[in-house]
Amino acid sequence: MEAYVSLFVKAVFVENLALAFFLGMCTFLAISKKIETAIGLGAAVIVVQVITVPANNLIFTYLLADGALAWAGLPNVNLSFLGLISYIGVIAAMVQILEMTLDRYFPALYNALGIFLPLITVNCAILGASLFMVERDYDFGESVVYGIGSGFGWALAIVLLAGIREKLKYSDVPDGLQGLGITFITAGLMSLGFMAFSGIQL
Amino acid sequence: MSDSPQEQAKGGAPNPSGWRRRLDAVLELPNDSPQKTLIVAVTLCLVCSVVVSSAAVLLRPLQLENAALDRKRNIVEVAGLLGSDGDVEAAFERVEPRVVDLESGEFAEDMDPARYDQRKSSKDPERSIALSRDEDIAGIGRRARYSTVYFVRDGDAIRQVILPVHGYGLWSTLYGFLSLKGDFRTVSGLKFYEHAETPGLGGEVDNPAWRGKWDGKIAFDESGSAIIEVVKGVVDETRSGAEHRVDGLAGATLTTRGVDNLLKFWLGENGFGPFLARMREKEA
Amino acid sequence: MLDREQRKVILDPLVDNNPITLQILGICSALAVTTTLAASLIMCLALTGVVAASNVSISMIRHHVPSSIRIIVQMTIIASLVIVVDQLLKAYAFDIAKRLSVFVGLIITNCIVLGRAEAFAMKNPPWMSFLDGIGNGLGYSLVLIVVGTCRELLGSGTLLGYEILKPVTEGGWYYTNGMMLLPPSAFFIIGLLIWGVRAWKSEQVEKPEYQIHQVHRTEVI
Repeated sequence: MEAYVSLFVKAVFVENLALAFFLGMCTFLAISKKIETAIGLGAAVIVVQVITVPANNLIFTYLLADGALAWAGLPNVNLSFLGLISYIGVIAAMVQILEMTLDRYFPALYNALGIFLPLITVNCAILGASLFMVERDYDFGESVVYGIGSGFGWALAIVLLAGIREKLKYSDVPDGLQGLGITFITAGLMSLGFMAFSGIQL
Repeated sequence: MSDSPQEQAKGGAPNPSGWRRRLDAVLELPNDSPQKTLIVAVTLCLVCSVVVSSAAVLLRPLQLENAALDRKRNIVEVAGLLGSDGDVEAAFERVEPRVVDLESGEFAEDMDPARYDQRKSSKDPERSIALSRDEDIAGIGRRARYSTVYFVRDGDAIRQVILPVHGYGLWSTLYGFLSLKGDFRTVSGLKFYEHAETPGLGGEVDNPAWRGKWDGKIAFDESGSAIIEVVKGVVDETRSGAEHRVDGLAGATLTTRGVDNLLKFWLGENGFGPFLARMREKEA
Repeated sequence: MLDREQRKVILDPLVDNNPITLQILGICSALAVTTTLAASLIMCLALTGVVAASNVSISMIRHHVPSSIRIIVQMTIIASLVIVVDQLLKAYAFDIAKRLSVFVGLIITNCIVLGRAEAFAMKNPPWMSFLDGIGNGLGYSLVLIVVGTCRELLGSGTLLGYEILKPVTEGGWYYTNGMMLLPPSAFFIIGLLIWGVRAWKSEQVEKPEYQIHQVHRTEVI
C-alpha cells in the first residue's frame, strides 16, 4: 500500500508529465486560456489515462514482452517492437469507445468532455505514460496507480496554468512576449516550482 | 450506397487473370464505399506490418550485439581492463562471470551466468526476496536470490571482482558495477551505466574525476563490516578514516546519499556481505 | 533546381511559419532531449526523416484514403515509420538511443507529423509534400538546435561533448549553470526565442485580449 501511495505522489508531483517531462505540451499551451475548459480537458485526460495505462500493461505483459506468449506455446517470441503501434492503437480505440459510451449513456458528461476527447489521441502525455509504464516495468497494480497519478498530475498542471493565465491577461506584457511567449515563461516558472518536490520519498 | 460500388467491382474485373485490371477496378471504387475502406485498411496493415517486422527482424542481431557489447564495455571499463585500442571483446576475454547465491554466499554451480538475467529475477517473486523497510536502505523493494559476479584473474590469483549494484538516487534507480581488488576489501572502481539523475549535479556520478576518487578506498574494517561512506563535501585527508570516505557530489545531496546507501546495502548482510566474507576466508 | 513556390514551401517553416514558435506544434517530445546538442541533433534527424517519409507516403495514397478511416490510416503509417526509425537508432546509434529512451516513440504523437499529413500531404503531390516535410522538419530542428546549444554550452560548458568553456570542476574558470540542464530552462529559452523572433517579425505578435487603456492628461474620463 505504501508503495502505491509513494508511486502516486511521485507521479503527480515529482515526475509530473507536463512540467518535468514536457509531455502533452501542445494541448497544455493551447487549451489553457480558461479554467473551465482546462478542468474539462484535465478530467478527460485522467479518465483516458486510467483506462489506457492498465490496458497497455496487460497487452505488454501477455502479448508483447519477451517470452510473454509462453501461454500460447510460443515462449521464444519477442514482439516488443510492436509496442508503439499497439499502444497508439489501444489509445485511439479506447478514446473512440469512451466517446461512444459517454454519448450513449452520459450525454451530460459527453457534452462537457466530448470536444476534448479527439484531441487526446494525439496527446503525448497519454502515449508517454504507457511508454514510461513499460520502460519502468510496472506490474498491473502499479500501472493502475501510475495511470491515475500521471493523469491527475497533468490535469493539475493545466488547471494551475489556466488559473495563472486568466490573471495574466490583465497584465501589461511586452508585445513580443504576448500570448505564447509569456505562457512558456510561466510554464517554466511553474516547472521550477514543481522541482521543489524532487527527492521526496515516502 | 452499397449497390453501385459492388456493380463497379464486378464490372471492372471481367478478366480474372488480369490482376492489373482488378487493381484498377479497386482503385476506381469510390473512396467511402465499405469495400474500399476494408481493402485500404487491410492493404495498409499488410504493408506496414511487413515493413515493421522486417526492420525488427533484420536489425535484431545488431541490437542484441549492441546491448551485449554495452554491458561488456561497462564491466571492462570499471575493471580498468580496456586498453588504448578500445577492443572490448579482447578485454572481456579476461573476465570470468559466475553466479552467486547471495544468502549463503556460495557459487551456484548449476546456473549458467550467460543466461541468468538478474534484473528480471528481481521482479519475479519466485526468484527474489522482498526486503523489509529497515533492510531496504537502497530503495529497491526486492532483491534477486542470485547475482552474477565477474572475476578478473592474473594467472591463478584473483585480481579483481566486479559486483553489480543498484539503488535509488534522486530521480531514478542507478545501475552500476563496483570493482573490488583481490583482497575483497579495497575498492578499485565504481561506475554507473544507467541512471537518470540531474545532469550536471547528480549526473556527475559519470564524471571521470569523481570516479577516480574511488580507487584505493577501503570498503571494510578489520571485523569485516562495510564502512565505506560517501560524505557531504570534501574528505579531510588529515583525519583518520579518510581511506573509508569518498567526497560527495557538490549540489547533489540526494544522489550522494543514494550512492552511499546502495553501497552500504550491497556490501552488507543482505547484499554481497556473505559472499565477500567467504571469499576473504578462502583467500587468506 | 527548385522553383519559387518550392523554395517557399521549404523556407517558410523556418522562421515565418515555424511549427514550434508560431503554430504551437510538436513541442512535447522535443524539449526533454535538448540537454545535449548531440541528442538534439539525432532527434531532429529522426523527426525530419519521419515527417518527410510520412508526407510522401500519405501523399501518394491521398486519392484512395476513405475519409472515415483517414486519421487511423495516417497514424498507422506514422507509427510504422517511427518504429523503423526507433529500430534503426537502436541498431546503429545505441548510446544515443539509450539517452532518447521513450522520446523517439513519442514522435508518433508529435503534432507536427500528423498536422502536416492532414494539412498538406492530403492535398498535395508527393514531391511537394516531401519538400514540405523537410521544411517543417528543419523549422523544428532550428529551434531544437538553438535550445540544445544554449543548454549544453551554458549548462556543462561543452558542445557535442567537446569542452568550450572549461568548468571549475575540471579546474577551469566557468561556473556551470545547473539550471540550464533542468527542465524549466527549456521553457525559458523557447519563451525568449519567441520574443526574439517576434521582435524581428512584428507581424507574428499576438493581440492581447485586454488592452490597458492609456490615459492621457488631456483626456476627460
